[in-house]
Parts: sequence; structure tokens; C-alpha cells
Amino acid sequence: MNPKVSNQIAIAMLYVIASTIVVILAALLGYIIIGGLPAISWHFLTSPAKAFTSGGGIGIQLFNSFYLLILTMLISFPIALGAGIYLNEYAKQNWVTSLVRTSIEILSSLPSVVVGLFGFLIFVVQFGFGFSILSGAFALTFFNLPLLTRSIEEALAAVPNEQREGGLALGLSKWETVLHIIVPAALPTILTGVILSAGRVFGEAAALIYTAGQSAPALNFTDWNPFNISSPLNPMRPAETLAVHIWKINSEGIMPDAKAISSGSSAVLVISVLGFNLLARFVGHRLFKRFTAG
Amino acid sequence: MVRAVYVKRGQVMNKKLQEQLLKRSKAAKMERFGKTISFLALMLITVTVFAIIIFVASKGLSTFVTNHVNIVDFLTGKNWNPNVTDSKGQPEVGALPMISGSFVVTILSALLATPFAIGTAIFMNEISPHRGAKLLQPVIELLVGIPSVVYGFIGLTVIVPAVRSVFGGSGFGILAGTFVLFVMILPTVTSMSVDALRSVPRYYREAALALGATQWQTIYKVVLRSATPGILTAIVFGMARAFGEALAVQMVIGNAALLPTNLVSPASTLTSVLTTGIGNTVMGSLQNNALWSLALVLLIMSLIFNLVVRMIGRKGAMSK
Amino acid sequence: MLISPSSPYSNGGWLERNIVDPSLKGQQPIVLETKQLHVYYGDNEAIHEGDLKFPEHRISALIGPSGSGKSTYLRSLNRMNDGIARVTGEILYRGVDINRPEIDVYKMRRRIGMVFQRPNPFSKSIYDNITFALKRRGVTDKRKLDEVVETSLKQAAIWDEVKDKLKKSALALSGGQQQRLCIARAVAIKPDILLLDEPASALDPVSTSKLEETLLQLKEDYTIVIVTHNMQQAARISDYTAFFNMGRALEYDETSQIFTSPKVQLTNNYVAGDFG
Repeated sequence: MNPKVSNQIAIAMLYVIASTIVVILAALLGYIIIGGLPAISWHFLTSPAKAFTSGGGIGIQLFNSFYLLILTMLISFPIALGAGIYLNEYAKQNWVTSLVRTSIEILSSLPSVVVGLFGFLIFVVQFGFGFSILSGAFALTFFNLPLLTRSIEEALAAVPNEQREGGLALGLSKWETVLHIIVPAALPTILTGVILSAGRVFGEAAALIYTAGQSAPALNFTDWNPFNISSPLNPMRPAETLAVHIWKINSEGIMPDAKAISSGSSAVLVISVLGFNLLARFVGHRLFKRFTAG
Repeated sequence: MVRAVYVKRGQVMNKKLQEQLLKRSKAAKMERFGKTISFLALMLITVTVFAIIIFVASKGLSTFVTNHVNIVDFLTGKNWNPNVTDSKGQPEVGALPMISGSFVVTILSALLATPFAIGTAIFMNEISPHRGAKLLQPVIELLVGIPSVVYGFIGLTVIVPAVRSVFGGSGFGILAGTFVLFVMILPTVTSMSVDALRSVPRYYREAALALGATQWQTIYKVVLRSATPGILTAIVFGMARAFGEALAVQMVIGNAALLPTNLVSPASTLTSVLTTGIGNTVMGSLQNNALWSLALVLLIMSLIFNLVVRMIGRKGAMSK
Repeated sequence: MLISPSSPYSNGGWLERNIVDPSLKGQQPIVLETKQLHVYYGDNEAIHEGDLKFPEHRISALIGPSGSGKSTYLRSLNRMNDGIARVTGEILYRGVDINRPEIDVYKMRRRIGMVFQRPNPFSKSIYDNITFALKRRGVTDKRKLDEVVETSLKQAAIWDEVKDKLKKSALALSGGQQQRLCIARAVAIKPDILLLDEPASALDPVSTSKLEETLLQLKEDYTIVIVTHNMQQAARISDYTAFFNMGRALEYDETSQIFTSPKVQLTNNYVAGDFG
């Protein structure tokens, strides 16, 4: 075939492929959001779910998702920060470091269901935490650590070395320099990474079904004592999240409005994740500006 | 005379100075503390990874060690029915249906996703690097961000009925799973392919174009060829993700532990059986151990995907 | 290749050295000196010979072509090369060998400060840049901190320019101001010696001359060692000058000697602008 003709055919094909992808996304988003929006109301977002009758909401699941997200971040951020600092600031190029890097890569590519099963084995069964927010938070921590560590490491690596030398030359230890100069300088990038990983954690379900559990007992939103069983803050209670809820009602839900609830929940989930994405961009941009200019 | 005084004063100072400089400062203590604590954080992650591998392996192997199931029978057996014992008095734990189910959906979805991913990557990097890339970049990021249960839900409400109306049957099965996974791995493979294309030096293209090659010839014969290791890595990553994906697949595949005979009948994958099964079995029982063996297969496959990525990386580095 | 009589390849001319001992010339005590100093990057020896003595309250300049080892030498003096290069030999600071592993480098660096080639203010306010190290070492008294900020900014001759915007980000300052802020930051912890690694190389001529004025004032209180590849700068501000070439200090003498009648042929060539 004439190379010119085949060139044009090929390029036309590429246009078709690229627009197909855009169409797929548009269709997906359109389906989720347009299909789900009618189901969303204040009542839907705040009231508890119903097992057999219609009219249930996702209030508890939504709360659980956020609570679990916050707990997961509280546990995983310090660990990821420490690990990221060590990898970028202290680690020498030797076999230990490459072993550590390999294991982090392995963890990041492990199927989340395997991570969830491990969490089930260790926290739910071995440590006796049962199906609980705490077990779920630990499982999500494992799920979250590799990517968060990597993004923190990259953020630190992007801070020019001159800043480190500046701290060292003042007689400060490397640790102080990193903690008080390098980390603040890398903060916009670190926060962007944190928020993006929050979106991932928020939507994760496979790691949770056997750790945080698949039930959402009624909560008393006036009782904020974390030691009471009906308190929303109690970390030892089972907590079905929004993502798990979608899976659950689609696999074995028997309420008559299961589909509407799933549509609404999916829309809430996707809108939340979109929100995290936008927030990440906004925060990164805003802080970056604040840190670089007066 | 004056110099002598200086020397003397200097020496008096020296002793004090030396003592001062030898005493461990607060900064030195901070340094030790920080280095230790950050090292511990890193070790925690590493130890966790080893713990995961060891625990899953020990649980998964107990099917063969404690329950004396033959490992070959496990991998090649076609019947998965842990509650039933077969004619030889052995429990029926043939994992072949799940293993083949996992492989079939993985391979099919990768086959489907690859041309789209590479095409989009080429479009973003070569055809329309400004306007097209600007539009597609956020599209891909959004696709990555959509949670897998949402993909599952859409699969359940859109793809399964569509398959049903076209091919008949229930609509659940390999084909529905493939479509769901296709959309799920597409963004991963695409963005990694974009990175691979981006790393091809500009002058390769300029040299080819200067020799009179058309744009497509340049892309096909020069750019794609030198980006091959990177693109292969992207595909393997996508396959790893597809292989390990649990809920989205479980929701559309039909969950029948049968050897797949066609694309539109209910089937199952390692992950789908795990998600539905673990909760319904008693820890330590054969039924439960057999499920852990499936998890072990999943883990080993994930390690193999990792290894393949490394090998491609090494080969790519050598050929450069 | 054409070998001129003065090139380093002729008649062993580069073994010719002339290193003076300033303590024999002036009445200033020596605050810093190196003995048998060698610096290695891996197996690569970057400094072979560089034993110099730096007199108190004087500016000593290290000059030489790029890659001559002058910066490496300077960075070894307060052990900024720790973990990057291997440094053997003695570094005597007021008679104490600070190149021993038992020495607390953090305390030592509070006495031997350093300012770098590219201005590196922290992404904090001007005020916090100055007080950061003090606060880390437990100084919390607001009045004391205010005082240090004012004196050190005055010493670095930048007080008048920034006194009204101490709470503003240091990154909003011009390059020259940033560099003087870095000097103020170094001075704030009251060091004994200031090491400067080509501090003016990223600055425009006006900023450079301001910086030089500042250094001339600072020499009243501090001992200064400065690396520069600007020979005019060395001639303008330094009392002593060392000429480095290929990892060796070939000549060290009073600056006027170096620039008017160097005793080593290579120094002569370099100062005359023949290479570098």
C-alpha cells in the first residue's frame, strides 16, 4: 500500500481509538452520575440502611468510610513519611536497600484481596480485633503504604540538595534539617500524594470485606465516647464502608430498591473520588504558589 | 613575644574546645534518633511484606501438608467441591476452573486493552501532544480513580444485560468479566505506555522523518520499536492488576466453579471464589485451607508478574 | 598538541610549589590549618596536597581553574564532604583535630559555618531563616531572637532592605539579597570561621560588590575562607590567596604577592589569564 495512504489510515485509526476512550469515560461518568443523582437526597446521605425494605440510606456507611480513611491515614502517614525519609535521605546503595525496594514493589502489586486476607488472619483472628474499624484500618494501611511511601520519597527527592546543605552548615543534624526544612518544602507534593492515595483508600473494598466487615450496626450519633459500643468513634465495631456496601447489596442485597441505592452510592463514591482528585490539584497548586512566592 | 602569648592562650583554649567538641551534642542525639526511627518505619513495611508471604504460604500449603491433598491434583483437578469427597476418599479441590478462569479473563482483557492503550498513548504523545494530551490526561486519571466496585456495579447493570441480550444465557461469565477488566486496566496500561513513548529520544523521530518516512512509519518502525520494553512492562502491569482484581470480576462472572467452556456461561476466578468463600468456611478446616491455597496461587502469580517486569527492565537496559 | 614552556607538561614545572606560613609573616594566630589532607571520591583522589594555614580575622581566597579541587578542599574544612568523599589527614581548628570521627560535627559546624554557591534560603520567612538554628538549639526568648535577627542582618548589610518585611518569605528576595540573608543566617549562630564557596558566582555585578563590602566588614569579627574563580574578587578582598591546580595547592601567599610577583610559573600563567 502507498505509505501516504497507510499513514492517513493509521492516523485516522488513532483518532478513533482516542475518541473511543473519551466516549467510554463520558459514558461511565454520565451513567454513574446521571443515574445516581436522583437517588441522592439528604435523607439518603444521612439515614441508616434498611435490610429488607426500601427507603434505606447510606449515612452510617458514609461515616464509616470517612472514619476509616482518617484512621488509615493517621496510621500510614507517619510510617510512610519515616520510610520515605530513610529511603531518600539515608539509604545507601546496597543489597539491603534493594531488598527493601523490591519488597515495597511487591507490596504495591499484591492483589488487595490478598492484603485483606492477611489482615483477616492477623488482626481479626490472631489479635482478636474481630471485624472492626481497627482491623480494616491496618489492612488499608498495608494497601496504602507502598504508594504513599513512593510518593513521599519522590517529593523529598525533588527538593534541591542546597536546602539540605543549608541546614547542615548551621550545625543542625540531617534529621532536623529534613523534618523542619525539607519536608515543609516538599509539603505541596506530599499533600497531593496523600490526597490521591486517600481517593484510592476511600474506594477500596476488597481489602475490607474480611477486616472491617460487612455489617453496619446502628450508631448513636450523640455518643462520642469511643469506648461505647454504639459510639461512632468506637474503633472496635464492625464497619461496612460505602464501597463494601455497593458490593454487598449487589451480591446479596434483598431490599427492593437495591439498584437505586447502588446507583446513588456509586455516584457518591465517584463524586467523592473526583473531589479528592480536584482537591489534590488545588492543594498542590495553591501551596506551591504560597511556598514559592511572597 | 606577642606570638608566644597567642600560642599559650591558644593552648588553654584548646583543651576546653576539644572537650566541647568531643561531647555529644543534642543534634547528634536527634540524628541518631531520627535515623533509627525512620529505619524502623522502613523495616516495618519490609517485615510486613515478608510476613504476608510467609503467612499466606503457610496457610496455603497446609492443604497439602495437613490435609494431604496432592498438589498436582489441586492444580489440575477440574472439580471444586471441598465439601464432597471423591471416589478415592479425597476431597474435591481441583482448582483448575478458577486458575483457568483467572488466566482467561486476564489474557483476554489485556489483548483487548493493549491496542486501545497503545493507540491512545501514541495519539497523546505523537499525534496531538498538546490539545489531545491535555484532554486525555485527566480522562485517564479519572478512569484510574474510579473504585473497582463501581466498575463492578456498571458491569452488573450495563454489561451483563448487554451480553445477555446479544448472546443469550444469563449474561454472567468470562465475556462480561473481560469487558469490565478491559476498562479497568486501560488507564494503567495507557499512562505507562505514554511514559515509555515519552522516553524515546526526540532525535529518533527527527532522523526518521528526515529520511522521508511518513509519520506512521516513524511511529511504527522507530518509536514503537524502541519503546517496546516500556510498553511490555505496561501490559504486564495491567495483567497483574487484572489477575488480582477481585470484586468487580466477582460481581459479573457468575461465580460457578466450572471449567469455562465458552465466554458467556458463568465461571469463576481465584479472586471471586476467595471473596465469596472465606467468610463461609471455618478456619483450619480443609474447605478453608483450600481457599488459602488459592490465595497462595494468587500471591505466587503476583510475584511472577513482578519478576517478569524486572526481567523486561533488565533486557531493555541491556539492549540500549 | 603544542606544549608551551610554561604548560604543566613541561620540565616538571608543576611540582614547583610555594606555600608560606602566615604565622611567620603577621601576628595573627592560625585558627585553621590542614596537615596531610587528602580527599578521595571513591578511588579517585581529588586533593593530593593542600596544606594551608588560615590566620585569624583575615580573608583567605582559594583560586584556581574549575576542577582544581578548591571547592572540595573548602568543603572538607567543616566536613561537609562527610558521606560524599573520604577525607584523610588532620584539620586543626585552634589546635583541635576536627577530622577525627569522635568529633561532634554539629558543634563543630556551629563554629565553622558555610555559605554556598547558590543562595539557599529556606522556604520560610526572613525572620525564621535567621532564627531557625537558634530555635532548634532551644533559644526561645523572643527579645533575644529579635536582637540576633537585627544584629546579624546588619552584619550582613541587608537590614535596611528587609527590616520592614521580616515576616515575608525569604524566597521573594532577589538573588543578591538572598545570598546576604544566607550570610546573616550563618552569622546568627556566631561562628568563628566562615567558609564561602563561590558566593558571588550567581550574582550580578552590583550585588557582587555589595557582597564584597559585606565580607570586608565581617572580617573584623570572623575568619573567612572564600573560594572564588573571579581573580579580581580575590585581589579586591582577600589578604591571602592560595592557587589550586589539579588537586594541589601550588602557591599560597599574601594576595599582593600572588597577583604581582608569584613565585610559581603556573600561578603566574593563571593570574595572567592564560588558562582557567
